[in-house]
Amino acid sequence: MTSPNRLDATVRPGRIDRTRRLRFTFDGTELHGHPGDTLASALLAEGRTEVTTSVHRGRPRGIVAADRTEPNALVQLHGDCPEPMLPATRVELRDGLVAESLSGIGWVGDRPDTAVHDKKYVHADVVIVGAGPSGLAAALSAGRSGARVFLVDEQAELGGRLLDGHERIDGAAATDWIARAVRELAEIPEVRVLTRATAVGCYDHDYLLVAEHRTDHLDTVGPHQSQQRLWHVRARRVVLATGAHERPVVFEDNDRPGIMLAAAVRSYLNRHAVLPGRDAVVFTTSDSAYSTALDLLAVGASVPALVDTRPQPPAHLVDQVEAAGGRVHPGSTVISTKGHDRVRGARVTELDEQGCLSGIPYEVDCDLLAVCGGWSPVVHLFGQAGGSLRWDRTAAGFVPESSGTHLPRVIGSARATHDLAGSLAQGLAAGAEAATACGFRIAAPRVPPTSGDRPNSRPRPLWLVPGMTKPPEQWDRHFVDLQRDATVADVWRAIGAGMRSVEHVERYTTISTGQDRGKTSGVNAIGVIADALMVDSPGEVGTTTFRPPYAPVRFALMAGRERGHLHEPVRTTSMHSWHEAAGAEFENVGQWKRPRYYPRPGEDMDAAVQRECRAARTGVAMQDVSTLGRIEIVGSDAPEFLDRVCTSGFAELAVGRARYGMMCGADGMVLDDGVSMRLAADRYLMSTTTGGAAGVLEWLEEWLRTEWSELDVYCTSVTEQWAAVAVVGPRSRDVVARLAPDLDVSSAGFGFMEFRETELYNGIPARISRISFSGELAFEINVARWYGLATWEAVAAAGADHGITPYGAETMHVLRAEKGFVVVGQDTDGTVTPLDLGMDRLVSRHKDFIGKRSFARQDTARTDRKQLVGLLPLERERLLPEGVHLVEPDVPLRPPVPMLGHVTSSYRSAALDRTFALALIRDGRRRIGDVLHAPFEGSSTAVEVTRPVFYDEEGARRDGVEHG
Amino acid sequence: MTVLNTVEPATGLASLRRSPLADRAAEFAASSADGLRGVRLSEEAFLTQVNLRVPPESPALLAGLERELGLALPHRPNSVVGDERDAVLWLGPDEWLVIAPEGRADRVVSRARTAMADSVGSSVDVSADRTTVRLAGPVSRDVLEKVCSLDLHPRAFGAGQCARTLVGRVRVALWQVGAEPAYRLLVHCSFAGYLADLLLDAMAEFTHA
Amino acid sequence: MLLIHCPWCGARDEAEFRYGGQAHVDRPPDPNAVDDREWGEYLFVRDNPRGRFSERWVHSAGCRRWFDVVRDTATNEMSAEVPSRSGRR
Repeated sequence: MTSPNRLDATVRPGRIDRTRRLRFTFDGTELHGHPGDTLASALLAEGRTEVTTSVHRGRPRGIVAADRTEPNALVQLHGDCPEPMLPATRVELRDGLVAESLSGIGWVGDRPDTAVHDKKYVHADVVIVGAGPSGLAAALSAGRSGARVFLVDEQAELGGRLLDGHERIDGAAATDWIARAVRELAEIPEVRVLTRATAVGCYDHDYLLVAEHRTDHLDTVGPHQSQQRLWHVRARRVVLATGAHERPVVFEDNDRPGIMLAAAVRSYLNRHAVLPGRDAVVFTTSDSAYSTALDLLAVGASVPALVDTRPQPPAHLVDQVEAAGGRVHPGSTVISTKGHDRVRGARVTELDEQGCLSGIPYEVDCDLLAVCGGWSPVVHLFGQAGGSLRWDRTAAGFVPESSGTHLPRVIGSARATHDLAGSLAQGLAAGAEAATACGFRIAAPRVPPTSGDRPNSRPRPLWLVPGMTKPPEQWDRHFVDLQRDATVADVWRAIGAGMRSVEHVERYTTISTGQDRGKTSGVNAIGVIADALMVDSPGEVGTTTFRPPYAPVRFALMAGRERGHLHEPVRTTSMHSWHEAAGAEFENVGQWKRPRYYPRPGEDMDAAVQRECRAARTGVAMQDVSTLGRIEIVGSDAPEFLDRVCTSGFAELAVGRARYGMMCGADGMVLDDGVSMRLAADRYLMSTTTGGAAGVLEWLEEWLRTEWSELDVYCTSVTEQWAAVAVVGPRSRDVVARLAPDLDVSSAGFGFMEFRETELYNGIPARISRISFSGELAFEINVARWYGLATWEAVAAAGADHGITPYGAETMHVLRAEKGFVVVGQDTDGTVTPLDLGMDRLVSRHKDFIGKRSFARQDTARTDRKQLVGLLPLERERLLPEGVHLVEPDVPLRPPVPMLGHVTSSYRSAALDRTFALALIRDGRRRIGDVLHAPFEGSSTAVEVTRPVFYDEEGARRDGVEHG
Repeated sequence: MTVLNTVEPATGLASLRRSPLADRAAEFAASSADGLRGVRLSEEAFLTQVNLRVPPESPALLAGLERELGLALPHRPNSVVGDERDAVLWLGPDEWLVIAPEGRADRVVSRARTAMADSVGSSVDVSADRTTVRLAGPVSRDVLEKVCSLDLHPRAFGAGQCARTLVGRVRVALWQVGAEPAYRLLVHCSFAGYLADLLLDAMAEFTHA
Repeated sequence: MLLIHCPWCGARDEAEFRYGGQAHVDRPPDPNAVDDREWGEYLFVRDNPRGRFSERWVHSAGCRRWFDVVRDTATNEMSAEVPSRSGRR
């Protein structure tokens, strides 16, 4: 059983393997093809001309193209990982393939995609996109120089359009020349060639993204083998040999199945041995479609009419076609077609010198209409890289205009050099130039002689054939964009609505917004717009902006391996395994995993946090505080430097003592905070917030490098040199005494905000400080990170008989908020000064520091700014959501409602036996005692404004309570 | 108090240490492969690492430091002087990292401080700040090229070179220690587990072929 | 992905760097000697040219040093990478 449209091997062998037969299913019917087929060529071979109906109008549509410009034949692939909206022209046939036709969008699977997608970085001297004649030639000359060369092509075989025709190079078939080039490139160690690889993006500084299909054509795939790979390519020189796309012509009923691009017909004939129709009308504006007509005639098809817009086509071409039995109709145009699910005939008439229709229309029967409206250079990547284009009247296409060292070099058909000899010459020269520019000096090789070349005389461009009767506003069967079902009437409607820019018209009509990004419709749309605006040429309309990606890219490919557990870097402390074993619930703080609370069986978060808070306030509790940032600041000017960057004074801080400090930006707004210790006269250890560590270090370096380079100060990040455990609560002194037997832990012997270097009972060297973020007696034990887990376990053991309780960040937040201690980034948002927070005593009057000047700015000095206050809901159990706004109690809740501020922190307190909150409120300190309302969840909650300290305001618990 | 005294300080200190990847050694070995397409992953824990900051415009100070440390400081960017045991890595125009066998940090720091006695500069023990991941084998460059955008081609990067850069989105000091090739990746301890996961994933196509 | 030439480490991907805004915006030597308007300009007012622009970058994932670059904001061509320092010196 042979496929009806497959040519006999003696007539056309094609580049298919007839010894193997592949079974596939399309729309439920089993069909057959061969290796080397695409889904599209196999469907055409099987006589499937109509493959779908159009998305809005429901009109029958067929395969138009042979490459990725295909606007109609989008298919849905079935399988483990279903994939929608693939052009059938880009699906390599494989045994067992199951596909269905699509009208509109398809569907994705409901199971996770198990296919591996990954990426790879590559650096090359010369990157060449496209392996047609010019690209292959460039790769050869650049590769011979010893330069690192990277050649990518999106087809399965190198050679580009040479695979479709009968050209000869160097006295042999072009395919022999290709085979020799492929062998030579394979033997050069620094040349890498990727096939099935599409350059989808071209960016600044010669950076490209290339999407490579690695396994689509294979029968079996290993479990770790990537299906697709995204190559991140950094080049020193980029050469674009991306070829040209043939474009159709817009005429009435130009969308019927059987109307195809002329070069596509030729490609199916020669590459796949498929004859899509027996009686072909060829409609062209230039020479290239003559090759299609001759090939059709050569395999026994009839060409009753070759309709050429040019009044005087080259005589030798006309002679060849007529000698082979075809008939040329010069100075003519197709004006419409007949048929329904298949084209049955074309109406033809003459064109006068001005391009107006003339003569008496006549009909020519056909089952194939091969159209060539001209060639559009593929300038997408050049445009993405920032290159500008100009309309070339001779070539009737947009070609690269600007050039410069920062722009890719464009060669061959991509710059409208369509003849083979010219393409080879440009390629050889460009490859040698690019390599030489990278330091690999080489002269361009001799250009090999060619024959059988595609003729290339001047085209007579035509993008729109007028309708015979109605005005253009009603040409609603003149399709400009087949995929979007957009017509000339739509363009005129857009113009009528006032659109002038091509960007606006395309958005208004949705032309070029389909999956194919308008590869066949873009230039025609510009031509139609030019006609509608009555401007001279498409060049005056200009193109839309070229943006990546050139072709659709799977989201899975963009994600690559950065999904699941590799999605985002995860940072863990040295005690993480203990927290996990203890059943901690974690929260993300930046990239850190921090325990949030440690639920016991049956406890929810509230219950666990209340229990952990009680332990810290009445017994002893412990927290992993390793994630805080730490910066060692060293140098004879370190005291002066800290004085300049912190609001409070550090120069006079004694060695062995610590102090809380705030940092402000130059605008006076709080940037970060933390406790700094003075380790020696010229050495401090600054701590920062968990999330702020890296930013603070860069901030300090910036001031040191750019403003104060005279200072002898060096900053070194030591965040991860240390692991730290906070031991908190009235019983913490007992626990630390056991841990550090050499240490005098009495309040007289070890004062608040002091630190000691000591050894733990097990010999671990430790730095222990008395700092507290809870208001309770507390110690912080710092050890080298590799002792972190042992130290945590030692603290747990030492506190076991006091019932020491591990606690997480949620409990830490409750404890600190009860004391009114702020968290930078939660209670501040970059618009809050230390004075707004009521931290006047931490702001030195005696020295200058970054941001101080800004406190005197008119806006910053206002006394009614948003200020930090406490809130107590009148209903003791009512928990205010963080972020909720506060309003005057009597204000009507109709927008716009004047807002006074918002809740920054809100918790349930075990110590207070009620809920409470911190908030930033306009003129807040003057409102203390007032009642405000917090509208949320459909009702309004009354809250009392208080001072922002709820617990132990006098600080009596800091040194612990005596107990026997 | 009995529970607290079970560890003898003199002999027990080393046993109290735990490197970030200590519990993954068996997994690394199982996921490594020898041969022409082989790549091996392992952790080299507890190396002595001391961060030096010295203004490069003081040749006398640099010379004094080199004398005191017995090691030359590399002045060429992205380069290393020394061998796998004792080495100095260039980290920046005034910044170096001294690498030595474990337990030498106090000695290196005190010698550096002696050399810098009356001068500007700093030396800070960062031995516990980073751990060292070793990636070696014929395809180790292919593995790294899946996660690192640096040009690792032998024409651009070879044995005796180092770079602070990104692997995945993790900051590392990458040091090529051998031509095989073999690399050391010095990584902040908190990221070590994630970095190992990333490398194991990139290795899988070679080691589970 | 821009390719940025760190004056010390050489050419690296943009991902290793963080942008630091306009270069040569000097802090007034005596902040208290300038009025609110001048201080406000130092804080908030920056040039935004189409074309060559001096700006500051820090090699965050590399040597952590700040440096100045002249970048053409229309083409992203970068040149004249030098260590950052105050324009006063």
